[in-house]
Amino acid sequence: MNWDLALRLAAELAQMSLFAVGGATSIYPDLHRRTVEINGWVSDAQFAEMVGLSQAAPGPNMLVVSLIGWKIAGFPGALAAFIGMCAPSSLLVYGLSRFWERHRERRWNRSLTAALGPIAIGLTLASGYLVTLGAGGSTAAFVLIGITALATLLTKMHPIWFIGLGALAGLLGWV
Amino acid sequence: MTAKSDGADLAAIGPSDLFLAFFKIGIQGFGGVLPWARRVLVEERRWFTEDEFLDAWGLAQALPGGNIINLSLGFGLRCAGPLGALAGFCGLTLAPFAIMVGLGILYTRFGQMPGVDGVLRGVACAGAGLVVATGLRFSASPRMRSPLALFAGAAFVLSALVKWPLALVLLVLTPLSWWYCWLRLQ
Repeated sequence: MNWDLALRLAAELAQMSLFAVGGATSIYPDLHRRTVEINGWVSDAQFAEMVGLSQAAPGPNMLVVSLIGWKIAGFPGALAAFIGMCAPSSLLVYGLSRFWERHRERRWNRSLTAALGPIAIGLTLASGYLVTLGAGGSTAAFVLIGITALATLLTKMHPIWFIGLGALAGLLGWV
Repeated sequence: MTAKSDGADLAAIGPSDLFLAFFKIGIQGFGGVLPWARRVLVEERRWFTEDEFLDAWGLAQALPGGNIINLSLGFGLRCAGPLGALAGFCGLTLAPFAIMVGLGILYTRFGQMPGVDGVLRGVACAGAGLVVATGLRFSASPRMRSPLALFAGAAFVLSALVKWPLALVLLVLTPLSWWYCWLRLQ
């Protein structure tokens, strides 16, 4: 029974895998459509809670599918969701990487590498800007974001301290 | 950051090194894995220079799937072949998968846990700060003092302010940037 449902979930996610350029943030709308709207496996509120949980947890945010999979069909669901979401894109990326390594010295390859770097800088800055707007609902939140960014840049402090500070500030209701 | 291309060193990185490094990235990677991947791979292991990491990540995020998952596959393959790719991928995803299962158990048993909302918000703030710092570090790249900075600026504006989906930003900017780099490379 659970495996049946797990396989259906995997089939849904596998259809999204090859279009998931940009990782987790790019899949949320389609993931919502398939798990909440079309199949009614989880509710709107549950979906939002699980996305929040997965973003705070360590690891690639893509793994939100395993949390949703667990909710829908237990361990088979978590495993099937992970495989369905990651296998198609990972196999493609693996194949492309082999091709890429064989042609590393070619002009098209070197110029494409050089071309993607600056775009990646802009996208990372954009992502920092957008998550700051998303996370910073209050002055205290912006202060926490600012302290974390500055201290990470200027000191040798391990970033895990700021994660702990954030968790504590959140628990005490400061942000 | 004085290290240059380290082709010789990469051959010495075996599957178990890859597994351990990416395991560390996965299990520490609160609030997005990119800052932690940069920290472990550039600062701690020195397997990449800042710019090499930027290049590898630039490529990884232009492909479908999780960015750092893609980076673990590509870099693992480059260092240690198919087994290296598998080791990087498994190292990165093993602990987070187990954590998701653990969270799933707690979540289905207890539903909404008191205090969790606040903790999530606080962790999200710290995570946002780490991403901002990573973006600023990337911006120190020498390429930002060349005309290529225009493409970084355009990517920021289109993604952050115009709110285009990433795929569209890449589709529009990559050919232009590629063409420019192609001409410059001779």
